[in-house]
Amino acid sequence: MRKFEEQFLVLNNALLEMGTMVAQSVHRGVVALVDRSPSPARHVMDDEIGIDEFDIRIDSMAATLIALEQPVASDMRLIVAAIKISTDLERMGDLAVSIAGRALSLMEKPSLSEPIDITPIAALVESMVLRSLDAFVRRDARIAMEVLTSDNGVDAMRAAIQRQVVEMMRRDPDSIERALDHLIAARSLERIGDHARNIAEGVIFLVRGVDVRHQPLPVG
Amino acid sequence: MTPMRAKSAPPSTDMNDTSEAIVPDQTPSAKSHPAPQSGPVPQAAARPAEAKMQAKNVNFHYGTFKALHDISLEFPANKVTALIGPSGCGKSTFLRSLNRINDTIRGARIDGEITLDGEDILKMDVTSLRRRVGMVFQRPNPFPKSIFENVAYGIRVNGLASRSELPGIVEKSLRRAALWEEVKDKLQESANALSGGQQQRLCIARGLAVDPEVLLLDEPCSALDPIATAKIEDLLVAIKDQCTIVIVTHNMQQAARVADSTGFFLLGKLIEHDRTDVIFKNPSKKETEDYITGRFG
Repeated sequence: MRKFEEQFLVLNNALLEMGTMVAQSVHRGVVALVDRSPSPARHVMDDEIGIDEFDIRIDSMAATLIALEQPVASDMRLIVAAIKISTDLERMGDLAVSIAGRALSLMEKPSLSEPIDITPIAALVESMVLRSLDAFVRRDARIAMEVLTSDNGVDAMRAAIQRQVVEMMRRDPDSIERALDHLIAARSLERIGDHARNIAEGVIFLVRGVDVRHQPLPVG
Repeated sequence: MTPMRAKSAPPSTDMNDTSEAIVPDQTPSAKSHPAPQSGPVPQAAARPAEAKMQAKNVNFHYGTFKALHDISLEFPANKVTALIGPSGCGKSTFLRSLNRINDTIRGARIDGEITLDGEDILKMDVTSLRRRVGMVFQRPNPFPKSIFENVAYGIRVNGLASRSELPGIVEKSLRRAALWEEVKDKLQESANALSGGQQQRLCIARGLAVDPEVLLLDEPCSALDPIATAKIEDLLVAIKDQCTIVIVTHNMQQAARVADSTGFFLLGKLIEHDRTDVIFKNPSKKETEDYITGRFG
């Protein structure tokens, strides 16, 4: 393998490592919230520094490759996608921290009498995160397209949680703080889904050279 | 794979400037297909103007060696077309057949059709063809004469202007070649005293003096430093409103910078021809991708 090909591989692998770390953080944040368990929440906080470092390192590698290799075609598309994907991953890491923070806050209070179940939205969002990374690894635009269509489901689930939260706050003012924590967590999950969607769009650009952002979803 | 994108979104809603070049199926299997890219959209994109020159099914033999295989390519008026490809791919042979410089090679044989404004160049008087289709070579080749005489040469030989008109034409040509300011005080000095970059611009001025309709350039910057290269590239872009330009280059960044469309040659075949930004952002042929990303061979 030539030297520049190795460097593109290093960039690719850094994105994968970062992605794996972020997916784990999202998962740990959800576990902390659902299980009321502090240890995964602290793990999320600790990993955030590493995720931020990856973001900086990937941007720096991308800048170096642009300067030294003048990449074109799929090499150029990998660089453009890498810069955007690392930004999305970094934000997902921040949102995982936010979920972990809500989890820690909720642990200090009694459970809600009527539970708010964030498991379904968390499961869908986590699967979007994993599938967007899988699409990147496999350079598979079809998997990436599936991620785009999943996003609508997430929005609906978040809206349902919001309705439940509003209703609960109306009935039981004592629950307001805890209900809000759940709503914030659901909102963070929804935004993580949005970033997974961005990554999927980046993969489609990388594979097909086509920009599918800000358009109605294609049929089929 | 289903052509999802192409089916659903009309081109007018596409945010991406490469959209015109999107072909419905861009799967890897389609990429590796060896047939030249067809389909109305990319060709229309690469052909915004009337073709000044046109090659149709051109084959070229050096004796028993077939150097060009069935090349069909249009050169739109007032556009820069770059020809790229590895050494020996036939791009220079093709360029040189556009003003019949290959005619003098023993055993060379060409078939197919090359037209200039619709007229078959193989049937034209070769002197008048070369006046209309000029050539600039890789190494600057000024005549061992003064700067003035180099530029005036073609006009004198062709009897294109009177003696009194000559200084004006020489100045205009030197200005178009972005050399006037550097040489205006030493027009009677020998051209050989100029730097390599200046000599190459002098050769371009010499070519421009006879007002060619097409200018062919065979790696015109390969012997020049980056500053001289930038000057030549700027001047190509500046003169294209007055002539049609075809440039052979090994420097892919140069093709990316100056050319409106780019053709990739490999082993005597034209693999792909499209808008330059499409070639460098999302080429449709794997061979093109491998070459421009440096993964060739």
